[in-house]
Amino acid sequence: MVILNNITKTYNKGNTIAVDDVSFSVGKGELFGLIGPDGAGKTSIFRVLTTLLLPDGGSATVDGCDVVIDYKKIRSQVGYMPGKFSLYQDLTVEENLNFFATIFNTTIKENYELIKEIYVQIEPFKNRRAEKLSGGMKQKLALCCALIHKPTVLFLDEPTTGVDAVSRKEFWEMLKRLKEQGITILVSTPYMDEATLCDRIALIQTGKIMSIDTPNNIVKAYSGTLYKIKSDMMNKLSNDLHSYENMLSCYAFGEYLHLSFKNENEHFEKELMNILKEKGHQQIEFERTIPTIEDCFIKLMSSSG
Amino acid sequence: MKQFLVFIKKEFYHVFRDRKTLLMLFGLPIAQIVLFGFALTNEIKNNRIVIVDYAKDLASQQIINKIEASKYFDIDKSLMSHNEIEAAFKEGKIKMAVVFPAGFNNELLHLNKSQIQLIVDASDPNTGTTLTTYISSIVMTYQTELMKNNSIPYRIVPELRMLYNPELKGAPNFVPGVMALVMMLICVMMTSVSIVKEKEKGTMEVLLVSPFRPILVIISKAVPYLLISLVNVSIILLLSVYLLDLPINGSVLLLFAESTLLIITALSLGLLISTATESQQAAMLLSMMGMMLPTVFFSGFMFPIENMPFPLQMISNLVPAKWYYIIVKSIMIKGLGFSAIWKETLILVGMTVFLLTISFRKFKIRLA
Repeated sequence: MVILNNITKTYNKGNTIAVDDVSFSVGKGELFGLIGPDGAGKTSIFRVLTTLLLPDGGSATVDGCDVVIDYKKIRSQVGYMPGKFSLYQDLTVEENLNFFATIFNTTIKENYELIKEIYVQIEPFKNRRAEKLSGGMKQKLALCCALIHKPTVLFLDEPTTGVDAVSRKEFWEMLKRLKEQGITILVSTPYMDEATLCDRIALIQTGKIMSIDTPNNIVKAYSGTLYKIKSDMMNKLSNDLHSYENMLSCYAFGEYLHLSFKNENEHFEKELMNILKEKGHQQIEFERTIPTIEDCFIKLMSSSG
Repeated sequence: MKQFLVFIKKEFYHVFRDRKTLLMLFGLPIAQIVLFGFALTNEIKNNRIVIVDYAKDLASQQIINKIEASKYFDIDKSLMSHNEIEAAFKEGKIKMAVVFPAGFNNELLHLNKSQIQLIVDASDPNTGTTLTTYISSIVMTYQTELMKNNSIPYRIVPELRMLYNPELKGAPNFVPGVMALVMMLICVMMTSVSIVKEKEKGTMEVLLVSPFRPILVIISKAVPYLLISLVNVSIILLLSVYLLDLPINGSVLLLFAESTLLIITALSLGLLISTATESQQAAMLLSMMGMMLPTVFFSGFMFPIENMPFPLQMISNLVPAKWYYIIVKSIMIKGLGFSAIWKETLILVGMTVFLLTISFRKFKIRLA
């Protein structure tokens, strides 16, 4: 449905590389996630695919149409929700929806079935101006506007950034239901915990794709053992562990530190405990843990950079 | 077509829901007309003066009647002699005394020349000068009337010689100027800001990724402001006719046609600014600096272009408002037809075509 071949995009006359030789493909009806921190190149990829930017190298097609040559066709078929999309603040919910429906040569009535589930949640506020809606409501309205013309592919650029946890969860449930209706969805997010909700994900960093697979396989592919640790003096613990020579990586993860070691012989655990007790740490919790997407990301990032 | 209409409807929602913009759009022209018409005028009305008439003959009476009829003067009282004049000034109520010498008419008829003395309170020199000018012009009118019926060149010489001040005719040159200014401000600023706003808010991205043609985005942005500007032109004209008593001597239709032309020129300029800027502030600043100042300085309604150094005169040719100002003055005040202004019209058309071509070329159908 969406195919990228060696797409490269640079800014500042080639001095800043935003997207570096990226290739991947998304199948029909797939929920595909681009996962990466701010500035990784997610938005640039979306803009190339939605024909808003011309790639400097490579080619890409959306639903069989080339993003450079057939841009007009793509523009009438896809749904796009930009990262900073804010709707028309001084228009009411209904006016916004009506406007976008008309612009896309359709009516609210015609595709009401598609947006019904989402729209019923904001319908009580249909005469309220968009600026007076909460963040979650705004996102729902924006999604309705992007869906109103029944797109074949839906591009959502960081749809959950700045939205509360409950609304985020609801939003992802909506995406799942849309997927069931056969709409291909590309979504980008900086939140690693949302990655597991996608069918397949691409981990992206500084314009390069580090890994593409299902979330499960990416986690499975994590080599080595991961531990978590906690003590009564977390700041000191981090410093002390960094000076431990057998340490491979150590970073904060929630209330714990996640650790991996260069050499795991039978004595290293005892050795570590002794060192920490010597330095005055108490109430030490130390155990193995299952890696998450974020751990995979950090590991990939440190090995590539 | 339906898309186009819904887009225009949306633009009107934007305009009418933003109170501040609305106030600026319709308050600005009214405020400017009223300000220029009443507050910022150098006409001085209803001045109290005294008359000392030693002559008491036909000529002096006729001139006094004319002075009395003028809206600029209220005759406080007629005095009998020079000595009373100083006392009247000291009371502080009068601004000027007009003295007709004995045998005024006689001298005029026999020597073909006669004099009037004007004594002015010059504590405010500007007022003083203006007042003498008013009197001089009244005397001058009387003189021409005399000459009409007679071939003898009668001359009445006011002791203070002043040249004819067109101000007395009350020809508010500023109405055409204000029209140009208001249209430049509204059209250039509003179009550029409203297009840049879509860029800034990210809605432009969505509009681009839609079947709606980018060129139609521009046109539907321009239409509402074209209509609003035409309403403004009507308001200004109504105000100037009914409030300032400035009649439209030429064709109203032609005036509106030429105004529409200037509006389109301004809209294309706004469009050009919007393609060159990324933020609303930048667009606003550029429109202010780029349009407002040159319009005020170089259109000729504040500062006469003839008095400027040659390089500045050349620059003034680039300002659309200058040509529009000439056109409006010709139609409104001189009552001329299209044949008198076709050159200026052609220049404006040329500017518009030029600006539109560049901005359509520069308008991006993509983001970068």
